[in-house]
Amino acid sequence: MKRRKEEIPLWQSKGYLPAERVNLPPGERMLEGPVAVIECPQRIPCDPCEESCPVGAIHMEDINGVPTVDTEKCTGCSICVENCPGLAIFTLDCSMEGGCEVTLPYEFKLPEIGEEVSALNRKGEEVTKARVKKIKTKENSSGDTSTVTIEIPEEYVKEVRNIRRMK
Amino acid sequence: MRIDDHPILSFPETDTVTFTYEGKEIAAKKGETIAAALHNEGIIELRRSGDKQRPRGLFCAIGKCSSCLMKVDGVPNVRTCITMASEGMRVEKQNGFPELPREVNDLKPGSIDTAEPDLLVVGGGPAGLKSGLVAAEAGADVIIVDENPFLGGQLIKQTHKFFGSSEQEAGIRGVDIGEELVERVERHKNIKSMTSTSSVGIYEDTVGVYKNMSHFQKINPRKTIIATGATEDMITFPNNDLPGIYGAGGVQTLMNVYGVKPGEKVVMVGAGNVGLIVSYQLLQAGVDVEAIVEIAPRIGGYFVHAAKLRRFGVPILTGHRVLEVEGKERVEKVKVAETNGSGGIVQGSVVDYEVDILALAVGLSPSYKLLGHAGCELQFQPQLGGYVPTRNERMETTVGGLYVAGDAAGIEEATSALLEGTIAGADVGLKIGEGGKAEEDLINDSQEKLSRLRAGPFYRDLRESLKEVGV
Repeated sequence: MKRRKEEIPLWQSKGYLPAERVNLPPGERMLEGPVAVIECPQRIPCDPCEESCPVGAIHMEDINGVPTVDTEKCTGCSICVENCPGLAIFTLDCSMEGGCEVTLPYEFKLPEIGEEVSALNRKGEEVTKARVKKIKTKENSSGDTSTVTIEIPEEYVKEVRNIRRMK
Repeated sequence: MRIDDHPILSFPETDTVTFTYEGKEIAAKKGETIAAALHNEGIIELRRSGDKQRPRGLFCAIGKCSSCLMKVDGVPNVRTCITMASEGMRVEKQNGFPELPREVNDLKPGSIDTAEPDLLVVGGGPAGLKSGLVAAEAGADVIIVDENPFLGGQLIKQTHKFFGSSEQEAGIRGVDIGEELVERVERHKNIKSMTSTSSVGIYEDTVGVYKNMSHFQKINPRKTIIATGATEDMITFPNNDLPGIYGAGGVQTLMNVYGVKPGEKVVMVGAGNVGLIVSYQLLQAGVDVEAIVEIAPRIGGYFVHAAKLRRFGVPILTGHRVLEVEGKERVEKVKVAETNGSGGIVQGSVVDYEVDILALAVGLSPSYKLLGHAGCELQFQPQLGGYVPTRNERMETTVGGLYVAGDAAGIEEATSALLEGTIAGADVGLKIGEGGKAEEDLINDSQEKLSRLRAGPFYRDLRESLKEVGV
């Protein structure tokens, strides 16, 4: 019996989610203040995001379920960002004038507050420059992972998921 | 070169010991293996092969292969990846087939020590340590042997946070889980652990172990748990034996245990979880990952591990393979091409990567040899990595009193190794210790947790194979 050739989704062959596959919070929600976005499309056995959420805003069917965020309940506290073992959660906040803040997990040598860094997309390409606003070190993190909050122009909030230090 | 600034690990200063390599003085950190100290000095060719005098270097770094054999204080065939450097040691490159020493002093009748524990555990990784602890808690007196200089197995190299259930160790870094487990084992009054100790044979009533290349001992246990882990696989391509080609675990051992940077630029083969995780750890150690090459059309490991690498611009080349490696005495260039789906390559797709490391994460095979020697029924199960023993739901093999746990029972995760170790250790506790309801509960609870972990679509094939072997 000949097996039909399977269509392989881009995220499985290339290792990044195309923008249309990301369940972004509604634009108006991001304007209200920080909110989590989870980029974890695969059914794998893992549940620290659901367990760590202090307001019960993350839901999974079972330990192999794909997590979803109730953006109304989510307070954008970033505790899930610090706890996700896959470093797959980010918080987005567009409540300030003229830009958005992205909080991302970062397990490399930390930048300084105020430092200018390259803001990278899911493929590691620089899409803009960013300013580091906040740092939470591993020691202060609830989940042993440091986080970096950067400020970027609003139009890149759907894309920017990493930084690279310039020096 | 030493890693001095690591985002997760710290490598504290230690005393120095000095040994000689081919007459030249080499400074090693105390507690460091010969091979790690030589790598730190940039010496990666450790011996020459027997027939064609080809250069050979380190591969697995955990004593499983024979790539790193050198002559130490006149004794040939010493696995320098698991032998600690010591003051005044004389290390020489081994050329071809060495002559074995004629005198063997410590094997005279009457000179052999014997121990008679309730339980012998072979292998001090997650499965072995956990099984020993659980049995010891139930009152058994336990000996754990491991041929590496440290307990903890591969756990102590895992700088990433574990997946799985928050009820267990999810969200905690493997290295932290490992340290805690080792500490509990070392503190337990019912457990004696012996590192740098190889188990060289298993018989009806005794297991022969050899400590520090110098002391033979017989251990006659009432029960035995084999938790010997796994060996890294190799693939074929021209020059696949050159120094600079390592198992992914070998690279991990160098950088995360010894704090030695394995090189400057790497190509990784294999986009399963091991290849992805070690690639990320290479980035954290300051090594450039030029590409991850995967022959399959899709990424085999978890998407989230792949995404972390892609965010740093690391290309993951699915449907690609290594054609060959070039280099005179060590890796200099890796040729990679796109596969055309019918055994050949796409014309014009060959790309040269100028790198000094090629790391292979192309699968693991269970270390089943002691199980075979003991006469266990073995089955070949490709989804479990190769030969694995038939066993019952409590991890007892077809040889009564002989258990298996962890990767030796089939390649899975550290989380499942811990649970299998719990089951085997609790069953031993029930049978020989003062175990009772607590152990029964532990077994039931661990079996439930295992089936939940294995429930997802990711582990469909694994579940089928486990049924075949009796779980």
